Amino acid sequence: MRVGVVTFPGSLDDRDAARAVRIAGAESVALWHADPSLHEVDAVVLPGGFSYGDYLRCGAIARFAPVMESVIAAANDGLPVLGICNGFQVLCESHLLPGALIRNDHRKFVCKEQLLRVDNAATAWTTEYREGQEIVIPLKNGEGGYVADEHTLDELEAEGRVVVRYLNGNPNGSQRDIAGICNAAGNVVGLMPHPEHAVEALTGPGTDGLGFFLSLVGVLA
Amino acid sequence: MSIDTVENAANTPDQPQPFAELGMKEDEYARVREILGRRPTSSELAIYSVMWSEHCSYKSSRAHLKQFGDKAPQTAALLVGPGENAGVVDVGEGWAVTFKIESHNHPSYVEPHQGAATGVGGIVRDILTMGARPVAVMDSLRFGRIDAPDTARVLPGVVTGIGSYGNCLGLPNVGGEVYFDESYAGNPLVNALCVGVMRTDGIKLAKADGPGNKVVLFGARTGGDGIGGASVLASATFETEGKTKRPSVQVGDPFAEKVLIECCLEIFAADLVVGIQDLGAAGLSCATTELAAAGTGGMDVDLDLAPLRDPTLVPEEILMSESQERMMAVVTPEHLDEFLAVCAKWDVNATVIGTVTDTGRLRMRWHGEQIVDLPPRTAAHEGPVYERPIEKPYDQDALNEHDGHDLPRPRNGSAMRATLLRLAAGPNLADKSWITDQYDRFVMGNTVLAQPEDAGVLRLDESTCRGIALSTDGNGRYTRLDPYAGAQLALAEAYRNVATTGARPLAVTNCLNFGSPEDPAVMWQFTEAVRGLADGCLTLGVPVTGGNVSFYNQTGSTPILPTPVIGMLGVIDDVAKRTPQGFRTDAAVVYLLGDTRDEFGGSEWAHVVHGYLGGQPPTVDLAREQLLAGVLIDAARDGLLDSAHDLAEGGLAQALVESCLRRDAGVRIDLPDGADPFVALFSESTGRALVSVARSEEVRFTDLCAERGLPVARIGVVDLLTPALEVHDLFNLPLRELRTAWAATIPHQFG
Repeated sequence: MRVGVVTFPGSLDDRDAARAVRIAGAESVALWHADPSLHEVDAVVLPGGFSYGDYLRCGAIARFAPVMESVIAAANDGLPVLGICNGFQVLCESHLLPGALIRNDHRKFVCKEQLLRVDNAATAWTTEYREGQEIVIPLKNGEGGYVADEHTLDELEAEGRVVVRYLNGNPNGSQRDIAGICNAAGNVVGLMPHPEHAVEALTGPGTDGLGFFLSLVGVLA
Repeated sequence: MSIDTVENAANTPDQPQPFAELGMKEDEYARVREILGRRPTSSELAIYSVMWSEHCSYKSSRAHLKQFGDKAPQTAALLVGPGENAGVVDVGEGWAVTFKIESHNHPSYVEPHQGAATGVGGIVRDILTMGARPVAVMDSLRFGRIDAPDTARVLPGVVTGIGSYGNCLGLPNVGGEVYFDESYAGNPLVNALCVGVMRTDGIKLAKADGPGNKVVLFGARTGGDGIGGASVLASATFETEGKTKRPSVQVGDPFAEKVLIECCLEIFAADLVVGIQDLGAAGLSCATTELAAAGTGGMDVDLDLAPLRDPTLVPEEILMSESQERMMAVVTPEHLDEFLAVCAKWDVNATVIGTVTDTGRLRMRWHGEQIVDLPPRTAAHEGPVYERPIEKPYDQDALNEHDGHDLPRPRNGSAMRATLLRLAAGPNLADKSWITDQYDRFVMGNTVLAQPEDAGVLRLDESTCRGIALSTDGNGRYTRLDPYAGAQLALAEAYRNVATTGARPLAVTNCLNFGSPEDPAVMWQFTEAVRGLADGCLTLGVPVTGGNVSFYNQTGSTPILPTPVIGMLGVIDDVAKRTPQGFRTDAAVVYLLGDTRDEFGGSEWAHVVHGYLGGQPPTVDLAREQLLAGVLIDAARDGLLDSAHDLAEGGLAQALVESCLRRDAGVRIDLPDGADPFVALFSESTGRALVSVARSEEVRFTDLCAERGLPVARIGVVDLLTPALEVHDLFNLPLRELRTAWAATIPHQFG
């Protein structure tokens, strides 16, 4: 099982995502922003970071990288894609997911161990969780406020496409406490918190994040 | 505009030159003329003026810093000592670690965000230059009073500067310090530390060897920012010019640096460089003279080939520009294409601007005309050295005599409860998470411990259990009372902090922040501190690997508290065995290790409650520190410790506060029989630690202490069911109340 991890100039958590993929039992494959080939991977992770310095707008330049054309096409054909933090921003800019991420309401970067509730345990990336399960994984962003128009938000809620939600206080002003969402098919998931930083008890708040990667391995098996 | 060529300089010996405006003394200028046998061209004057500035030449400190070499303890671990961009230490299993701390104080006062950001950027490039992947940063910060209006300008800017740059580079921020004292009001201290990791055979050095090899300038284009930054900003006090210096602070682009890091690491992995140097203070002047001086000895440069952001820049400005995110490499002609291909892959601009020669001269041309022709060693290594006058401060004896023994002390439980709360809520001891939550501590996935733990602990690589620990410490009040002891106390605390996590202290970096070296009283503080530090490092067996001196930290004639900041690196064989700070196991037994004496000189209590500074700082006992560290390290290795926390500012009381609040674990304390409870709680005697031990390990642990001869007192029990800090017969303090007081201070001020 091969899981591609894309490196854009300015990607930071690409090696962490690759490590999480390996710990979950899959092979991680490095994908390069300038190379349109997906190298026959079975899924793709768009990692966190500041692709292209987050200049212009987070994810706005990465969206036009050659590799993204292939990712967008494959995602529309059902390839599992997980966008974490900057990767979530790229997915929104690519219109694979609705809405946008804006500057945190308190206007500061925030790094903390964040309590979340899994609201959708049926996506390609969340089957290892129970619906309603509470998990703790790191959150770290400056522009993590999820926004969309009311109609889109209602639609996301109605279709059960809110994947994870913030508990114990909203850390960045996201509408309806939304931390992560998926597309209608459930193969594309984007979230601001970082499950790849919670895959080893030694270096994270616990191993609550590993489920995202184990879910994928289970779904693909 | 006419260019001042070498030929022109030779023909116009009497042309007046603005050496004084560039910060040069008359005799220094005369020496340049003597070296060159003519007047310098304006480009040469630019080079000498920045290279001979205090910041680059260490002209006031060099005579004293020699002691770090003369008194260096013998250790096989030191692979690269002082003098390179950063020291390198062997940590075993083929791994080498390089680390260094550096100041960016003056720029951070002028432009807090950019000053602090480029401070991080600069130290990261120093580490990268050694051939290492940078793996973490820390920062040691000091500001004026927390409620001073200017602190509201400086602190948030510094924090966003460090955060935005470090976060965007993907480097975890794993520790540091934040202190407030009015002496820093016009002179905040921003000391940034970076640590990097490489294989021992991957060390790179800054030298231009091999005639015919190419000199490549790569990274960002050169712009007008930071021109004169090194010599002007770092060598003058603020009083005279103030705002006019604003444009001289450099502007950082962390994205450019992130790409540069990955590009360099790919270049190193393919072994494509002979030598490499980053462009920091004094920019191209420094990189060209230092590379040439350390290598074959000569270099020819076509300066007009340097890519510019601002095409109107003249040669003198290009030579002095401190534009960030630039590097210079020496590459053999055979490797040049491959080198340029890696740069192209990362969209990093790279230009061949020169060639290594064996002429012993650094020669630069500007559109074919010779504008520089000088022996590079004279600029890089043979700057002036001053033996500045030294004189003990006039008030030193009086300061030490008035020891504050008559300051009123709390006498009963409720007064001590109130004192504990007041200290915990004081700016220096209060919760710093408002600051540290703006820094990414998770990125790279190797952070095992980060602030507020005693030291940051990092796994070197996921394939190994081996790790490193890092701590920075410094105490300006102790150093003011006794600079020799103060430097050793900072060293001892950093050493203790590293050992508290279970790591073995290995090596030291330092950032020496002082007032003007032209003030004999400041020079006395500086020389005493250097002597204390060198002696202390020899005793503890930890060499100084490099560091930085920051002088002229003063407003008018009032210097800052003398503030040597020590960064300590330690190694731990198995990071899974590190000891965390917080109480975590119910019914674990709490022990106080070490001796407590009535020591309140320079204490947090005297400072917060009485606004008083006098007497002597706590006694330094380095042999005791070694004994304590040995027990903490071995007990961690044997799995005897549940938690450990060193005792420092605020004494036992604050150590209890932090050990309880880390994981919201209560504790019941019984102070030792016969102890004066105030002294027991608030004294700042050194060589002490607070540990908790699971009941099953109690005997093994106390036996270990007894065998080593380390005093140990059983002072309480962890109680997870009762969230309170209870001191028997004195007070009971619910953790909720304690947390409210401790956590509110910083957010209340900076929101």
